[in-house]
This record gives sequence, C-alpha cells and structure tokens, in this order.
Amino acid sequence: MELIFEKSIEGRTGFCFGSSDVPDKAQISEKYLRQDEAALPETSELDVVRHYTRLSQRNFSIDTHFYPLGSCTMKYNPKFTEMLSNLAGFRNLHPLLAQLSGGERWTQGALQVLYELEGLLCEITGFSAFTMQPLAGAHGELTGIMLMAAYHKAKGNTHKKYVIVPDSAHGTNPASAALAGFEIISIPSNKEGGMDLEALKAAVNDETAGLMMTVPSTYGLFESHVSEIAQIIHQVDGIMYYDGANLNAVLGRLRPGDVGFDVMHINMHKTFATPHGGGGPGAGPVGVNEKLVDFLPVSRVVQKENGMYALNYRYDKSIGYIASFYGNFGVLVRAYAYILMLGKEGLRETASHAVLNANYIMRKLQKHYKICFDHLCMHESVFSASNQLERGVHAIDIAKFLIDQGIHPPTVYFPISVPEAIMIEPTETESKQTMDRFIEKMIEADQLSQTNPQAFKEFPKTMPITRPDEVKAARDIKTSFFQKIASP
Amino acid sequence: MNPYIANTPRESSELLKAIGVENIDALFVDIKSEHRPKSFDLPEGLSEYEVVSHITSLSLKNNIYVVPFIGGGYYDHYIPAAVSALISRGEFYTAYTPYQPECAQGTLQALFEYQSSMCALTGMDVSNASMYDGGSALYEAMMMAIRMTGRSKIIIDGGVSPIYRKIIKTYTHHLSYEFQETPVVHGQSSREEINRLLDTNTAAIILQNPNFFGAVDDFTDINEMAHQKGVMAIVSVYPISLGLLKTPASMGADIVCGEGQSLGLPLNFGGPYLGFLCTRKKYIRKMPGRIVGETVDSLGRRSFVNTLQAREQHIRREKATSNICTNVSMCAIQAAIFMAMVGKSGLRQMAHLNVAKAEYAKGLLSKIKGVEVKKSAPTFNEFTVHLPKDASVVIENMMDKGFAAGFALGRYYKGLERYLLVAVTEKRTKDEIDRFAKAMDEVLWS
Repeated sequence: MELIFEKSIEGRTGFCFGSSDVPDKAQISEKYLRQDEAALPETSELDVVRHYTRLSQRNFSIDTHFYPLGSCTMKYNPKFTEMLSNLAGFRNLHPLLAQLSGGERWTQGALQVLYELEGLLCEITGFSAFTMQPLAGAHGELTGIMLMAAYHKAKGNTHKKYVIVPDSAHGTNPASAALAGFEIISIPSNKEGGMDLEALKAAVNDETAGLMMTVPSTYGLFESHVSEIAQIIHQVDGIMYYDGANLNAVLGRLRPGDVGFDVMHINMHKTFATPHGGGGPGAGPVGVNEKLVDFLPVSRVVQKENGMYALNYRYDKSIGYIASFYGNFGVLVRAYAYILMLGKEGLRETASHAVLNANYIMRKLQKHYKICFDHLCMHESVFSASNQLERGVHAIDIAKFLIDQGIHPPTVYFPISVPEAIMIEPTETESKQTMDRFIEKMIEADQLSQTNPQAFKEFPKTMPITRPDEVKAARDIKTSFFQKIASP
Repeated sequence: MNPYIANTPRESSELLKAIGVENIDALFVDIKSEHRPKSFDLPEGLSEYEVVSHITSLSLKNNIYVVPFIGGGYYDHYIPAAVSALISRGEFYTAYTPYQPECAQGTLQALFEYQSSMCALTGMDVSNASMYDGGSALYEAMMMAIRMTGRSKIIIDGGVSPIYRKIIKTYTHHLSYEFQETPVVHGQSSREEINRLLDTNTAAIILQNPNFFGAVDDFTDINEMAHQKGVMAIVSVYPISLGLLKTPASMGADIVCGEGQSLGLPLNFGGPYLGFLCTRKKYIRKMPGRIVGETVDSLGRRSFVNTLQAREQHIRREKATSNICTNVSMCAIQAAIFMAMVGKSGLRQMAHLNVAKAEYAKGLLSKIKGVEVKKSAPTFNEFTVHLPKDASVVIENMMDKGFAAGFALGRYYKGLERYLLVAVTEKRTKDEIDRFAKAMDEVLWS
C-alpha cells in the first residue's frame, strides 16, 4: 500500500490553525532557524482518515480475530475502560499541576485513583506497597532489580553479583538484571518443566543477589516447589522476584507475597485487560513487601489525616525517580475500572476460566501435537511441532496456515528451550465455539502436514502480503521513506 | 459476576468433561493448600454504570478548568479530532506487537511512517519505533553512547530537564559512570565549561533545545568540540519547536531524543507519553528499541517487518541493547497521524503561533512592576520570569484566580525560588493572555 508521503500533494493541508489574534512581532534570529521545512506529508483530513482507516484494516486484533498468543494474555479489552480513561478530567490534566504549591487540591481525583489502585493491587498480590510508575513490564523488572540492588547496598551485601534466571524466562528478565549491573546465571528446567532444584542449589552461594521467576512458568506450569526455592534463596539473603506476566492464571488462588516472593511486577496490559496498542503503552506496577518498601521510587501517593491525597517525595532510602511522573496514568485508570467492576469473585472467575479454557485446548490437541509436559496446565499450554517437522512442516508454517483461517497464530519458538514451540493461551474471554473452531483448524493443519506438506510454504495467501523477506529487510536497511536503500 | 467470560455453566461442564476433571478446583491441584491466599478481601463487583459513575465523579474532582500556562516539557497543544477518532479504532489498539507481519501490516506501516516523519522533523537518518517517554529515551541514548564509545564519563548540560537528570541518576546509581554537570549562563550552555570538561574519556555530552528555561540555542559549535574528542553529541529536543528551529541533525547531533507528547498526545496526568530516539544511519545497529524496516514479500510487493531484531532482548537476552519490549506503539501511531494531519505547512504555522503568543505574553508580563522577563536568549513558547516574590506563593494565588501560572523553578533548582517558567501554546487566546497578565499584576500588587 502507498505510504501517506506518497499521497502528499504540494500545498494541500489537513488542518487549519486559524489566524493569529496577537500582534505578530515574533523574531528569532536566522541563525537559530531551520532552512528547509520538515518534509511532513501534505494531505487533506479525508486523505488521512482514509489512509489510516485502511491501514487499521490490515491488522488482526482482539476486536476482530481470535488471538491466542501465548504469554501475552490477549483477553478482551472492555470498551467502558476506554471511555473512562478518555474523560476530560483525566486527559487534560497536566502532571506538573500536582507538584505546584497547593496544586494537589486540583488533582485529588487522579491521586485517589492511584491511591486506591495501589490498595487493590496490594490485596490481590499480598504485598505491602506498590509503585505505579513503571511504564511497561520490562520497566517494572528493571525497577524491581534496582530495588534488589538498593536492598543489598543498604545491608552492606557488597559481594552480591549474580541474579539467577531459569532458562524458560522471558528475554526481558536477563536483559533487565544485566542493565542493573548484575551477572546472569541461567538454570535449566527439569523433565517435568519445573526448576531443577539440584542445579539451583549448586548455583546459589553468598554472591547470589536474587532469583527471577515467572509463576506460572512460561511452560504454563505452576512451580509446586516455590516455598522450597524461596527458602534456598532467602538463606543467602537473596531477593525473590516474581515476574507477573502470567498472573492471570492465579488471581484469587495464589498471592506472590504469601509464598515467599519479595517483589513483583504486574503487566496491566495482560492481566488487567488494558489494550496492548500494537506494542504498548503498557503499565508495569511493582509491588514489594516490608523488606523493600523503603526503597520504592518517589513520588508515592499518600492520604493525609484530613483525607486529602498528596504526593510524598520525602523517603531517605528511595532509589529516586524511575519515570517522569506517576506512571502511565491513562492505562492505570483502565485497570482500576476493570478491577472495580469484576471485584473479588469476578477476578477469581477470571483465573478459573482462563485455566479451564487452556486445559480444554490442550486436551483436544494432545492427540495431534506433541505436548511438552503431560500434565494439567495453567493459563497456557506448550506444544512442539516436532511431529509435523518430520514431514517438513515447521511451527511457523502452522502459524501462517492459521492466519489464512482468520486466526492470529499462537506464540511460536518461545520458550526457546522447546524446539518448534507452539504456545497457546486462549484467555477467559473466548467462547467454546471460538476455541472449537481453532482446535478444528489446528487438526486440519496437522492433517495437511500429512497429506500435502508442500502446501504450507505458500501460506498465508489471503493477506495483503505473503511472507516478507526478512533477510532483505536486515541487509538492505530501509527504515524511513526518505532513506535510499544501501547497505551500511 | 464477570461479564467478559463467555462460558455458560453448561459449557463449563462440557469443558471439564472433555478435560476429564470433576470441577475447576481440580485444575489447580498444583497449588498446594499451604500456598492458598492468606486473604483476598476485595470489594464485591459492580455494574458497568456504577463504575462509570464512580470514576467519572473522580475525574470531576480534578480541576482542568484552570487556564494552563504550565509546560516544563509537557504542553497543552490542540489535538485534531481526526487523530483521536483514528486511534480509537480497535484494529489498532487491540493488536499486539507485530510478531506476525502478514496480519499486522497496519501497525507496521503506520510505525514506518512515524519513523519517517521523525526523520523529517529532526533531520536524522533513522528513528526507532518508540521508547516509553522522553526521560527513558534520554537514558537509552546515553547508554547507547556509552556502549559505542566504551567510555564512562557523561557531561550533562544544566539546561537538560531536571526530571530527566533525576531519572538518569537513578538508573546509573549502581553503575560506575562519572557525571559532570555544566552550568547555564544567561540562559545558555557554557561553551567554556563544556570545552574544559570534554576529554577522551567522555562518552557523550547531553544537551537540550530549547533548554528547560525555554532558551533556544544553536549547538553546532559544542557538537564540533565534542566530535574532536570522539564524544557523541546527544540532543533532547521539543518536536513542535522543529517547525521553526534548526534541526539537531544540522547542528551535528549524533543521537536525537525527546518527549513526543506534544505530537497529538493528551497530557494524561503524566502518561502514556512517547519517547523518540533518532540517530545516524551508521549507528543503527547500536540503537535500542524496535525498528520497522521495509522489504518485499514473495511476490515482490512492498512489506513492512520488525527488523534488526538481533539487537533485542528476546534474541540476545542479557547482551541486548536494551531490555525494552512493550514500548508505546499506539502513541507513536498517534504522533504519525498528528504529523500527517498538521502536515508540512501546518507544523510551521503551529510553531509560529506558539512563538507569537509567547512573545505577546512576554510583552505584557514585562510591563508589570517588579517582573523581569529574561531576555538574554531567544525562546520558543516557554520563558523564564523573575518575580518580586516566591514563585510558589504567586502560583498558589494565581490558582485562585483560575490560572495555572507556570512552573516554579525552585522545585528543582536551589536559589531560583523567585523564578517562574511560563509556557504559552497556540491554544491560549489573546483574551486569556490579557487576563493572565492582569491577574498576575493583581496577585503581586493588590
């Protein structure tokens, strides 16, 4: 499809700013001015509306398609939460207003949202306090690891060097720990998909700063030795980090704070139904127990004796600012609305049906695809396309087949420890009918791999494009309309 | 209780039967009884209209009716209705990161257009697909320079947002980098001091245009000095100002970053916002974050994909250029649509209006007894005013008259308690500015 730049017609405008109502005496010396005009598109409003409407139609989305992307919790994003985050009283609120002298009284509603959401998250997870500031899951991880570093520094644990990460972890875990200055030790999983406790014991020593664990794991399994693992880590004064990517599976059934974890992040754009936006914005609040509470970033929202809400920056041991303001407020409002609406029972039911649906799909596909761990799963199940590969059909080929069936593919090739991985997370919001159709199409793919494996190479056929040449994209780099293709 | 669950009780039974378990609890056998929640004392669920009523009433407790003359890097610009309408399309905002390009060409092409517009704006060769916000973009730019040079010293100009400087301090607290801060003299960066500190152990010099005090500068000479010592020049920039001002590229910047909120994003009480990061083409493989590239499909048709992914955490894990995964794609698309709506001449006109209105406000304020408008450097739409009283007291009194009068510099700068930072965007009318100046006079002298 043409780029908006290619629809540009010299002299056309999409927006009128009107004439100035002040005398125009503005003079900035020539030496500070740009010589050319920024070459933005010259288009009418209708050009823009048609262009981006058409572009949107070239996407799969939750609103239009089943999207069982494992580890991403692509549940339905309720429309009323969109409406609420767009209320003028939130949209038009300047963040610095709250920091002006006396400005807190102009932002009481927003501060109350942050304060109450913190209380709800504490009760959901069993932690003492939350910071709402991290702007995405990985940002939460980095914040959590910095809290870990601050804890060890305050205790004089100068010898702490290593963070332990299971091999099934998301890539963000080791990347975040490395950014905070730690070295990474990777621990393999055992045959049952759990953590190899012997390998863990062998790896843990006085230099262990902490452990990052995703529960349930990215294999979709609950680690039943969690208390034992916490004990091993705590024995060397290590910190237990809970990666909340898969929290959806255990809402109301397990609270990380109760089972030995010291710090966690939540992906609001997974568990609490805020939209993913095609890759953000998310929000990654971080919760801590009493061990780490003094180190939380500033500001923190407090309620004063007179009932007013206020920003407090006076925490001596705080790690400081981790974001410009108070978090992705627009995302947090959506999550707050979602939690209030579902309440205690609704949240428990969320986990129940997320796990019910995941197990249903697992059982139904088990005869056709190689299951990695023959065990009840939590919110997602992990298969390997190794049987299909024997016929020359890869996980990615099955993914492309599904696209032609109007289904967004599951996550493929993750976890990286599973060859030809296919990771399926239906979430609680999908119906039996939708799942049955998916199961039917997955079985069809398996059958086709037996009868005509060659056919897969041409999928998808029904999309605006067929498979793109990714090697060319990385070799003949073109990342802007203005750039001529040339190898750097 | 949960209207978003589709399963009826009957269907749930069918599912359980297919799985071969008695009830839902049986699916959770791995969670032992000692692991059960010690408490789960949450409120009962509410209806949609009860939640809407509650949260709407909270939104009304915020005062958005004060006339804003407050900026500090975040501005009250007009957002054309078409921008909001287009980004409300579920096809955009309920999609995930485009891992399967064939069914994500909408997101991918829109991000490619965003990258292209950012290049047009900044004059740089390449842009990534977004960072979280201006502060995190500056941190990522700095880390990129440290990785590329293998050096450990950073010089930060005192005109860089104090909020950003605090963020960088937190992120690097436990790492062994050396920071040196250079002063702002008469509103502008001190060439002398920067030149004195630049050495072959310096990874980067970080500058901001316009700086936090609103002053506009041309950093060409500083960037040249930096390059002579092999130092990367990082410039944080306010995108709307680039409708008029010299591009960081033409000043010789190596990495350009900043806060993109002004490009069609609401103020949102601090987020979501948009961090942008642009650089020279030769540095693209060192750039953090997602990058969309153009290629062709098997039939030779133009296609867009996430490219150069070998830099990223999902492939390289602890050796990645950044830990960033979810970024702010939707905000980047919003900015792309905004830039297309406003267009080439519109951006210039918008920038021009900002300057004109700010100059008009400057004129009125400088006529007030005891008020001194700092004039040592040119400004864009924000400027520093010296008051005869503590600025925070003046702000509080101005609030009562219905104005958010600006930002008190004493909040972040010791010794500048009487300085007020005033922002005037295209949205402020002559009438509002007139009333603002009148109110200021009253607050100070009656």
